[in-house]
Amino acid sequence: MAATNPRIIVVGGGLAGLAAVIKIAEAGGNVDLFSIVPVKRSHSVCAQGGINAAKNLKGEGDTTWQHFDDTVYGGDFLTNQPPVKAMCEAAPGIIDLLDRMGVPFNRTPEGLLDFRRFGGTLYHRTAFAGATTGQQLLYALDEQVRRYEAEGRVTKYEHWEFLSAVLDSNHVCRGICAMNLRTMEVRTFPADAIVMATGGIGAIFGKSTNSVVCTGSAQSALYQQGCYYANGEFIQVHPTSIPGEDKLRLMSESARGEGGRVWVPKTKGDKREPRSIPESERWYFLEEWYPKYGNLVPRDVATRAIHKVVYEHELGIDGQPMVYLDLTHIDRATLDRKLEGILEIYEKFVGDDPREVPMKIFPGMHYTMGGLWVDYKQATNIKGIFAAGECEYGYHGANRLGANSLVSCIWGGFVAGPQAVAHAKGSAKSTDGVSSSAFDAEKKRQEEINSRLISSSGNENPFRIWRELGELMTKNCTVIRYNKPLKETDAKIVELLDRFNRINLSDKSMWANTSFVFTRQLYNMLQLSRVIAQGAAMRDESRGAHYKPDFPERDDKNWLKTTKAYFAPDVDEPRFEFEPVDISLIPPRPRRYDMAK
Amino acid sequence: MAKTVILRIKRQENPQANSRWEEFELTWKPGMNVISAMMEIAANPVTRDGRPTTAITYDSNCLEEVCGSCAMLINGRARMACSALVDKLDQPVRVEPFSKFPVIRDLSVDRSVLFENLKRVKAWVPVDGTYDLGPGPRVYPTEQEQAYPISRCISCCCCMEACPQFNENTGFVGAATIAQVRLFNQHPTGKALKHERLQALMGDGGIQECGFAQNCVEVCPKDIPLTKAISDTGREVVKQALKDFFRG
Repeated sequence: MAATNPRIIVVGGGLAGLAAVIKIAEAGGNVDLFSIVPVKRSHSVCAQGGINAAKNLKGEGDTTWQHFDDTVYGGDFLTNQPPVKAMCEAAPGIIDLLDRMGVPFNRTPEGLLDFRRFGGTLYHRTAFAGATTGQQLLYALDEQVRRYEAEGRVTKYEHWEFLSAVLDSNHVCRGICAMNLRTMEVRTFPADAIVMATGGIGAIFGKSTNSVVCTGSAQSALYQQGCYYANGEFIQVHPTSIPGEDKLRLMSESARGEGGRVWVPKTKGDKREPRSIPESERWYFLEEWYPKYGNLVPRDVATRAIHKVVYEHELGIDGQPMVYLDLTHIDRATLDRKLEGILEIYEKFVGDDPREVPMKIFPGMHYTMGGLWVDYKQATNIKGIFAAGECEYGYHGANRLGANSLVSCIWGGFVAGPQAVAHAKGSAKSTDGVSSSAFDAEKKRQEEINSRLISSSGNENPFRIWRELGELMTKNCTVIRYNKPLKETDAKIVELLDRFNRINLSDKSMWANTSFVFTRQLYNMLQLSRVIAQGAAMRDESRGAHYKPDFPERDDKNWLKTTKAYFAPDVDEPRFEFEPVDISLIPPRPRRYDMAK
Repeated sequence: MAKTVILRIKRQENPQANSRWEEFELTWKPGMNVISAMMEIAANPVTRDGRPTTAITYDSNCLEEVCGSCAMLINGRARMACSALVDKLDQPVRVEPFSKFPVIRDLSVDRSVLFENLKRVKAWVPVDGTYDLGPGPRVYPTEQEQAYPISRCISCCCCMEACPQFNENTGFVGAATIAQVRLFNQHPTGKALKHERLQALMGDGGIQECGFAQNCVEVCPKDIPLTKAISDTGREVVKQALKDFFRG
C-alpha cells in the first residue's frame, strides 16, 4: 500500500533543500532534514549579487522568454530547454514570494523592488539585498522552515552527514544511512522518498570560492551506488575572486554590475600605484574586446580574457597573476548602499579599502554546472531519489549566468519537493512494508568502511593527499584544458586512490573526529574527480566553460549532447554514455559576446 | 630562519574531559588567518615541542565571515576565526572555545540555544503560503535601510559570549534574539505576531536582564546596532506589558 502520510528525507539545508522542505510540509508531508552544519550556515549564504527574474520594472521590455534565451545562450545550448523555460517563467513569482517572506531587497524611491545588471544579459534583471542576497534568501527560507519545525512538521538532523542511500532489492530508495558528526554513530533512516540538495564540489579543487562542506561527497556516494552523474566536466571558474591561503573569496559579479571596470597597466612591470596611472595608460581589455557587454560578459568569457592578459600578454599586476577590478570612480554612498557586504569582505581579508584603491583579483573555481542526472521532475535514475540545486545538472548547460543559481536552487526545490511527495503517494508499496534487511545491510557496509579507515595503518596524511588533488585539478581541469594533461590527471588520481589505502589517521577517537569525517569525504572526492577529468578528456570541442585550445570551436554535430557518467563497480571507475539535448524551443546559434545577440 | 607564528590552542577531547593547552609553531604565510593556521596543523599535526597530536576540531564553513560558524575566543575576544588575520594579532595567539556554551570538542561548542530562542520569539513572517499571491507590501528605501543591517545577523553568538548578563543565573536570551524581534516587528506582515514576540521577551531571562554593558555591539562582527535594537524593543515591551496589565 502507498504511504498515506509520506515521510520524506531532505539532505542539505541550503536554498534548494529548504525550498523542498517548505513545499513538502505545505503539501502535508513530514520531513526529516539532514545537514552537516546548522542549516542557517549552509553555503547559500555566500551568494552575493542577486537573483534573476524578468520582472521588467525598468521599462526595458524584458520578458521571461528573454531570460530563457539568455540562459540557454549563456549555457552554450547544452541545457535541455523545457525545464529552463519553466524556471524563467516561475522566477518573477519566486521573487514576489521571497519579498512577502520579508527579504530586505533593495528598493526604488517608489518602494518597488530595485534591479541591477548582471553578466550575460543587457537587461536589469537581478533583484538584490545589498551584496548579501544569498544570505538574505537563505534566512527567509530558514525562518519558514523553523516555523514548520515549531509545528512539528519538520525534524532537523543537524551535524549529521549523509553516507549513502538505502536501496531495496528492486533498487528503489527506501531511506538513507547517515553518521552523527559528534557521536560518530551510523544509523539508517527510512523514508518514502529522498531529496538530495547537497550543493557544490569546490573541495575537489582544493581552494575554491565554496564553503568547507562543499565536497561533493554525497553526490559521489550516490554515483557509486548507481546514479548517473551528468556533464561533470563543466566547471565554472569565476573571473573575480580574492586569492587566499585557506580559500578563494568571491568578489561578486555585482561589482561589475554596478559599474566596476577590469583593467591592467598597458606597460609590462608598471610599478606605479594604480590611481596614479592615467586613463590613457590603462588597458580596459574587456571593454575593448566586447564593446556590447563590456565588463558584463559571461563568466567563462571574462575568465579566459583575464588568463590571456596575464599569461599571453604577461600584463598581470607586478608580474603576478592578478588584474584590477576598479570601483573607485563610483561614489561611496552608492557603493555602501549596494555593495557594502562584499567591500567589507575585501577590506577585512586584504586590508585595503576598495572604495579608495582598485581591488586585485584573479579567477577562482566557483561552481559546477554538472551534477546528478535528473529528469524534468528532478528525479534521478534511481527510483525515490530526487535532486535539486547545484548538486544536479539541469539548468545551466555549459556555463551558468550570474544570479541564475539562486533561482535554480529555489525552483529546483519547489519542483523536487512535490514530486517526491507524489512519488511516495504513487508507490505501490510504502517503505513501512520493506524488510529491515536492506537497512541492516547498508548500515553494516558503512560501519565496515569506518572500521577499516580507523584501523588503517600506513603513512599517508589525508590532508596532504587532498592538497595534491586540489593542485592537480586546478592546474589541468579548469580554465584551459589539453588532452595529455587531462589523461595524466586521471592516472594521478588513480595513484592518489592507491595511496588512500595507506592512510594513517592521527586521530582514531570516535567523538567529533573531524579528520576522520574529512577522510571519508576525500575518498568520494577522488572517485568523483575522475568523472570530471575523464569527461573533459573525452569532449573534443570548446563549449561554455569547457575550453580546449586544440579544439577551439563548438562542435554541435558531434558534441551537442549530455555526458552521463556511471560507476562500473567491477572495474572501480567511470563509464560514459551520451544523450541528445532537448533543443525543441530555441535552435542553437553561434554564441558571441562581441556583438548583440 | 623563516618567520614563524605561534598559536596556543586550548584542547578538550570531549565534554567530560579536562582541558589542556597545546602550542604550535608554524611557518608564516602572507594573509594567514586563524583558520588557515589550523588547516596547516591538520596537514602536519605536531606540537611546537615536536610531539605528534591530532588535528583540531572546530566549526567552520564559509570562511568569509557570513555563515557564523567559526566563532571562538581569540586573545580573549569573541570573534570569527576566519577574519582573524594573524598579522594583526599579538603573539602567541591564544585560541579558546567560547566559555558560556557547552564544549563539544576543542573549539567546537553547542550554540543551539540561539536557534531555540528564535523559535520562541517566532522570528519569521507568517506568510499564507508559497503559492503565487502577487508582490509583497511596498517598502520604502528608508525602511529597507533600517531592516537590512539587522537581517545580516549571522547567529555567531559573539554578542552572547561577551555579555556579562548572559549566564545560567539570569537565563538571559541575549542581544541577537532581541534584535530579530525588532526586525520582524517592523516588517509590515511580520507585525502580525508583534504581541506574541514582545510577550516572549517579558519576565525572567527576558529583555529586562540587559545591563547595558554594551559589550554586544562592541564585538558584533557585522556591526549590527544591537544596543539600539534592545532599547527600541525594551520600550515596546514596557508598552505591551502595561497594555496587558490594564486589559488583564
